[in-house]
Amino acid sequence: MKRCLIVDDSKVVRTVARKIVEGLNFAIDEAVNGQEAIEACRISMPDVILLDWNMPVMSGIDFLRALRAMADGERPVVVFCTTENDMAHIQEALGAGANEYIMKPFDSEIVETKFAQTGLL
Amino acid sequence: MNPQDFEKLAALLHGRSGLVLGSDKAYLAESRLGPVARQWQYVDVHALIRALARREGSGADARLLDDVVEAMTTNESFFFRDNKPFDQFREFVLPALMSARSTSRSIRIWSAACSSGQEPYSLAMILKEMGARLEGWNIEILGTDISRAILKRARDGIYSQLEVQRGLPIQLLAKYFDQRGDQWQVKEEIRHMVQFREHNLLGEPPAAGRFDVVFCRNVLIYFDQATKAQVLAKVAKAMAGDGYLTLGGAETVLGVSDHFRTIPEQRGLYGRADAPTTVAASGT
Repeated sequence: MKRCLIVDDSKVVRTVARKIVEGLNFAIDEAVNGQEAIEACRISMPDVILLDWNMPVMSGIDFLRALRAMADGERPVVVFCTTENDMAHIQEALGAGANEYIMKPFDSEIVETKFAQTGLL
Repeated sequence: MNPQDFEKLAALLHGRSGLVLGSDKAYLAESRLGPVARQWQYVDVHALIRALARREGSGADARLLDDVVEAMTTNESFFFRDNKPFDQFREFVLPALMSARSTSRSIRIWSAACSSGQEPYSLAMILKEMGARLEGWNIEILGTDISRAILKRARDGIYSQLEVQRGLPIQLLAKYFDQRGDQWQVKEEIRHMVQFREHNLLGEPPAAGRFDVVFCRNVLIYFDQATKAQVLAKVAKAMAGDGYLTLGGAETVLGVSDHFRTIPEQRGLYGRADAPTTVAASGT
């Protein structure tokens, strides 16, 4: 079973995302900020990371840059999932190595489409 | 809606657009035609249908009937809907045509019943992504639909945040769209690759000459067998002998039309039945 790490400081978003991604037959891990996510990736690199942008301690974009510099850190598919719904943020995310980008609000259909597009399904 | 009104409406719709209105659609018809009745200043949908039935055929009624058809048409569309037909276009159809048309260096594409334009724009983005490989080629993309209102949307190329997240890879959004507030507009460089025109699939071809590629997806499902056969015969006439037809996932020519044949290992893709075997079968 493929593994998805959900990184978001909102418990509500993590719960909704978990339900959707579990429905796509993924095992789920959770982290509440970028720093926790780095530690989770050091222990075991997931197949996909669903990543919020604005979080305390370490933001999503800082996490992404750190991830891509880690050993095996190029491997996970990274899908941003954020309220930063503008072109400047999208360009910055792509420049840092994001594979896909979901603009909140999101639903199961959008998550499924993005996972399919990145070859996860 | 009473059964007599429904029957009359179904007959008018079928005659004008080929659309089959199932008996379970009475509620849908009532709710969609309410605004049309108000716009044309009829007291209710019953009055609108009576007027249509009474004065069938005059110029004013043709416009009223167009509005009714428009209201009853399903206009659901996504960018790169179902993915596979677009992969097939990129990896099989285009290479085949680039080889077959290496002298004329011209390819004509028809996106039939294109709704709000996501399909022809998806094709345009694929072509744009090919860059230098298509330099010097003359590529025409025509998007047609029966609905004037939806074609206006298609020409504007402006989509909601939800619409650009259903099927459009983020890299293409970043490259080929401009943000307009909370909406996204297809950039001019892609919009100018596509022409849009009003067209009824039961009518004559939308343009002179033959098309090398026809996308006609998720529209035959709304027609009865006889209308499907009629539409496919018209599409065959509008297609080059070695052209390609792409249908929707739930559609087929098998048992409906003998103008087309399947192409081995290319699901949903058809060649003209009278095409030279080597062309349709191998795509080279």
